[in-house]
Parts: sequence; structure tokens; C-alpha cells
Amino acid sequence: MKKTVLNEWHKTNGGKLVSFAGWDMPVQYASGLRAEHEATRSNFGLFDVSHMGEFRFKGPEALKAVNYFCPTEVSKLKKGESCYTFFANEKGGVVDDLLVYCFEENTNYLICVNASNTDKIGEHIKTYNKNFNVEVINECEDWGQIAVQGPKAIEKVEELIPGVKNLNKFSFGEFKFSDASLVVARTGYTGEDGFEIFTPTNKTKELWKALVELGGEPCGLGARDTLRLEAALNLYGNELNDDCNPYERRLGWTINLSGDDFIGKSAIEALKLKATHKLVGLMSLDRAIPRAGYKVCSNEVEIGYITSGTLSPSLNKPIGIAWVDKEHAKEGDSVQINIRGKLVDAEVVKLPFYKAKS
Amino acid sequence: MAYKVPDDLYYTKEHEWAYVDENIVTVGITGYAQDSLGEIVYVDLKEEGQKVTQNESFGVVESVKSVSDLMAPVTGTVIEVNQSLFDKPGTLNDDPWNDGWLLKIEMDTEKELAALLKAADYKKLIAQ
Repeated sequence: MKKTVLNEWHKTNGGKLVSFAGWDMPVQYASGLRAEHEATRSNFGLFDVSHMGEFRFKGPEALKAVNYFCPTEVSKLKKGESCYTFFANEKGGVVDDLLVYCFEENTNYLICVNASNTDKIGEHIKTYNKNFNVEVINECEDWGQIAVQGPKAIEKVEELIPGVKNLNKFSFGEFKFSDASLVVARTGYTGEDGFEIFTPTNKTKELWKALVELGGEPCGLGARDTLRLEAALNLYGNELNDDCNPYERRLGWTINLSGDDFIGKSAIEALKLKATHKLVGLMSLDRAIPRAGYKVCSNEVEIGYITSGTLSPSLNKPIGIAWVDKEHAKEGDSVQINIRGKLVDAEVVKLPFYKAKS
Repeated sequence: MAYKVPDDLYYTKEHEWAYVDENIVTVGITGYAQDSLGEIVYVDLKEEGQKVTQNESFGVVESVKSVSDLMAPVTGTVIEVNQSLFDKPGTLNDDPWNDGWLLKIEMDTEKELAALLKAADYKKLIAQ
């Protein structure tokens, strides 16, 4: 099992460790999932996301290569900007969703991918990166990563790393911390403002401890999941997979069909016309909690299934994201979720379930 | 950490406890179970009058993160359900041995008790 450089810290500080995508990761700490979730919504939470994977595209044709891998127009990114996108396969399905960071226009880009897909992405790049004058470097071992999220995140990180407060949303920069160079990006996966900080692995622990001392609440994968679910951010393996239609999975806005060719383009063009389903929010009117895989019905006819579900700690109500037939799931419609054989009423609601006040 | 394991109860490998009083069996989950699950936010149980079967599910407990089946220690008929848990599932965390009891079963045959764990065996199981 792989371990992040913070593994020992998690163990000696009340972390309950579980196996996740081949990594030994904290699912929660002693204060518990709900307290961690609430701390992120009201103060600021800290997340060890060092298990995420990083690949660097470097060379004269780096932009050309990244543009060929992503259905998004990456060429619009200026130095110091990032965007959310995905890699498609030839069938138009989703290999992984990811962030692209532009370090130098045309010649230097970093992508950050899911831990569970790191090996697959490595293979995918090898398979398709044949005709470009670019070097692709696997930097997974070089970076630790800490997400700092919540309404207090900006001012607190500013105390430690002066200048970060000037970053715009989805922009990033290189900053000094304890003689090391960090990459700080104003991005996140919780629905809150905050940063994702890439640190050299030998500095991760020092930064983590400094953030804990500033009052940050260490949060496990459990809270990370409930936070992202309330914010309706996709999770690969739940909302996304190799066989899904990206237009049915809230990815349509990232796709640019009018630009250069990319992997899966012709398939995706066809999928656009075939999109019959969509992802919607469901709020259960019962106490029973929807979970991934549960069937969704309208007038007793199956119209789709739950992709992610939980008891929302912020709303204290059972919520779920569901992939359902568009025609039968308009906002305000009433549907039923099959929860262990019982049909439970739910309402189709607007996503996200939760929006930060700022 | 050492968990409390009362000597006068029977246990299942899935971390339920069973208190036997003649042919009535009161069922709950152990302290170890509630601690592993984390904060319990939802409970679903069979209803009074329904049959339960040894080693089969008689309901679920859910944390924010996950769903866990509850396994019946004996075969029989549900004669009473702890209704208070539906409003306060957190009782299972606070007091799994007393107020957090789940249901009472009128068991069909005492013979099934032989398949359950005694306290000493259960202690060994959770020490692993």
C-alpha cells in the first residue's frame, strides 16, 4: 500500500486509515466526519491530497499535445491559469477528469489527475502521445499536495505564504515557503473558496503542521466526499466512467467541438445528439439515505440511478446525485428512489445542493 | 483500545450482541461496532411480527459514509422494535449496550445459540 509523507502524522493524530485507490489514507480523524465537514464550511479544513497524480507536458508542442488529449480549448489558458477538463477515450467516454495548469504558454503544462486513475492516465498518454514534440514527465513522486478550504482559508494561508490572497479563482503562482518553492492554486473540491498547494514532498509535513497550528481542521476522505457532493462536483467512478456520455454528466460546458481535433472528438460529436439523460439533484422526503447504484423511478418506471448519495451534513437531509432520463426529471418533479426494495419519495432539485456565501 | 464485552451476552461475527431471557432474545450492536461505524445517522429495522433468520439481514445502520447490514443472531419472530432509534439513531453510538437495543426476537429454537460466539471468543475476534 502506498503512503503519503503525512501517513505517520495521520496515524499519531487520531486518523482512521483505510485503503483508497491503493493508498493508506485517513477517512476521518477523532473529531469525526461531521465536525470536519462543518469546520470546512465555517472555518477552514485541511486535506492531504498527496495521493493525486501529476504529469508534466514540456516541450515545443506541449500545448498541441494537451489540446489533443483534452476536449477543452486549453490554448485559452494564460500563464498562471488553470481549468477543469477531462481526457476522453475514442468512444467518447471519460478516462479521467482533471485540472490543467499552464506554467508557460505553449511549452509547459501540468495536469493533476485522480489517484485511482494515475496508472491508467500514464498508459493513455503513452498510447496517444506519438506525434508530438513533447516530453511527458510523471511527477507523482515529486509532489505532496495539501488542500486548504473554507471561508477562512484565504486569510490564514496568506499569514503563512504572503501574496496568495491576490490569486484569482482558478489561477496559481509559485511562492516561497521555508526556502522551498510551492505552487499555490486557488482551486478546490469542496464548494468553498481556498487553495490547493503543491509542495515538494520534503516540505509537505512542515507546511501541514504550520496549517494545523493556524487552526485548520484536518479532514479525511469522508468529509472530502460529503463536501464535494453538496457542491455537486463530479467524482470519477461515481458520476464519471469510461463508458459514460460526457454530455449526460455535466461536462458539456468543457467541450469545444469547433476547435482542433482531440481524442474521441467524432464520438463525442455523436454523443451530443444522443444525450437522453442528465445528472440531477434529488432530495429525499424520507429519512432513508440514497446511495450509489440505487434505482430511480418515475411513476414506477425506472428512469435512472443514483451516482452518489449521503446524508448532507450541511442540510441534515438525505441527498443524492442521480443520472436520469431528462424528460422525467425536471426541477420540482417528484420521483421515487428504490431504497432496499422500498420506494421513497424524492424531489428533483437544483444543483449544487450547497453554495458558499462569498 | 480495549472494548467492553459483557460476559452474559452472546455475539455474532458481524458484531451484534444477543441477550437471551428464556425464548426472548434482545439484539443490539457492540461497542466495537458503533466505534467502527462512526456517527450513526439512520436505522432501518424489520417490523413487529416479521420473521428473521439466523445470519440473514434484519435491517441496516448507516453512517454518513456507509451502509451496514445487521445480521440476526437467531431465527424467530420480531416481537418488539426500539422505535426511539428512528428519531435518535445516535443512541447506538452513545449507549449500544442498553438504550441502543434494536429489537426483541421470539426465537424458534434454542439450538441456534450454539452457533453464536461467547464473550471470550468475541474478545479474541476484535483483538485481531
